[in-house]
Amino acid sequence: MRRLVLPGIVALLALLPLLNLLPEGSPFRVSDFVVSVAGKWLCYAILALALDLAWGYAGILSLGHGAFFALGGYAIGMHLMRLIGPRGVYGHPVLPDFMVFLGYQELPWFWWGFGNFPFALLMALLVPGLLAFVVGYLAFRSRITGVYLSIITQAMTYALMLAFFRNDMGFGGNNGFTDFKELLGMPLNTPFARFVLYFAALVALVGCFLVSAAMTRTKFGRVLAAIRDGESRVRFLGYDTLRHKLFIFVLSAMMAGLAGALYVPIVGIINPGEFSPANSIEAVVWVAFGGRGTLVGAVLGAFSVNALKTWLTSFAPDLWLIVLGILFIAVPLLMPRGLIGMLRR
Amino acid sequence: MSGEGLYLDGVTVVFDGFRALNTLSLLVAPGELRAVIGPNGAGKTTMMDVITGKTRPASGIARFEGHDLTRMEESAIANLGIGRKFQKPTVFDALTVFENLELALKAPRGPVACLRWRLSGAARSAIEATMEQVGLRERADDPAGLLSHGQRQWLEIGMLLMQDPKLLLVDEPVAGMTDHETAETARLLAGIAGDRSVVVVEHDLDFVRALGCRVTVLHEGTMLSEGSIDHVQADPRVVEVYLGR
Repeated sequence: MRRLVLPGIVALLALLPLLNLLPEGSPFRVSDFVVSVAGKWLCYAILALALDLAWGYAGILSLGHGAFFALGGYAIGMHLMRLIGPRGVYGHPVLPDFMVFLGYQELPWFWWGFGNFPFALLMALLVPGLLAFVVGYLAFRSRITGVYLSIITQAMTYALMLAFFRNDMGFGGNNGFTDFKELLGMPLNTPFARFVLYFAALVALVGCFLVSAAMTRTKFGRVLAAIRDGESRVRFLGYDTLRHKLFIFVLSAMMAGLAGALYVPIVGIINPGEFSPANSIEAVVWVAFGGRGTLVGAVLGAFSVNALKTWLTSFAPDLWLIVLGILFIAVPLLMPRGLIGMLRR
Repeated sequence: MSGEGLYLDGVTVVFDGFRALNTLSLLVAPGELRAVIGPNGAGKTTMMDVITGKTRPASGIARFEGHDLTRMEESAIANLGIGRKFQKPTVFDALTVFENLELALKAPRGPVACLRWRLSGAARSAIEATMEQVGLRERADDPAGLLSHGQRQWLEIGMLLMQDPKLLLVDEPVAGMTDHETAETARLLAGIAGDRSVVVVEHDLDFVRALGCRVTVLHEGTMLSEGSIDHVQADPRVVEVYLGR
């Protein structure tokens, strides 16, 4: 019976956009809005998986995973901006609108190559991975753990937010990127594009889930659990814990970057607000609420907390941050093992 | 004499003018089981620290199989085959007994090697033999978090054994154990000795008697008496400083 739960969830998720095809007025029809919101949640679920690998399995509580997500989003956003071409407001053949507006004469060097989709996708993985490698190496080598590490990662995403807000960074300042036209020759903002992007996110989620499940079942997964429960003891057994933590942290950041890369074409916008510390904290709440240290819990948490958020913000948007704060405190106290822990008991 | 086993001669350790060890000498032969007793502050833990390289002596000789322990890093000493069991058991609660031992097994330790690791038949039988030895065969698939205090201590001894040490240092293994567990532990340690040297630091004299081995009594950082448990219990100096109180 339990073996059917996961394929069942995937089948339901695959069915959802198909219900969008039903004729208007059918009781089973799913609206365009629901399809794009569900597509966003799939991306959030990938981010939750990524965070769970670092936090739930290896005990690295990152409060900055939103930064890796946003960097992945920006990489794809740069590609989408290049694809606009002369269709921009200013009609410049190469430069995006904001560059024309700011008086750029030519494309900055760090925009080179982003006209190419595989390159942009590669950067969506490599840039977050590289940042995680540098921050992780410096922190883990100095044996910074626990709350200090969380603060450093939080500072990292905050610093990036401030940097990306600046116009002279060359990433569109506080407006970020939007008004995308097409991706891979496919016009965006069409029902077809919504379908393709939704299924791309679903396939990526299933892929990330299977890779994570396989990885956590190896001895490497058990070493991570041991590091979480007693790092110095693991070191005493002769393991170089720095290498193990760095490996999972970089992998997790790349997965978060992939989630961001899938997210931006779905929502049609990326701006520095994605680096906001609150976003990273939300991701932690998803994982805690669903049940950290279980992959199903992370995915379930992303879906359920976002469902709550969508419902709540539809009539009382001001309440959301308060509810988020309450969840942040109440979940570890009242349900330390999350939804999954309650279901299993 | 210094080519085999553990050899300490004239070891002195000074902390801020306080002599934690004062010209301590000790000889443990390969395969020997040795109990070290003494009142609090007698230098038992400092002696362990010198052997494992955690503390450097001010003077004296500390050798294991001819290697000068006073000049070696802690990790290098561990690789020589000296394993130490601390008082507080530190096993990994989330992992099963089997997985705890698997983690301790000698194997490549890098992340990629761990991702590709497959349990071989030889590794499995080595782990099973150790579970048998420490009496946890029945608990193989239980998380270590569910074990009793005594069983956790045995699991940790098992984890040390997986690293195939030549000398095992065991610090107060039976503190907090039931009488039954204490007797089992004595049998376990006596069984381990023979293949390897075992040095046990302990307060519990009934346990030391059950070990049935040579006993060294420390007092104020130096060796006060050595011999069988009956011999040292009859020694008037020992009675005065330790047993008489």
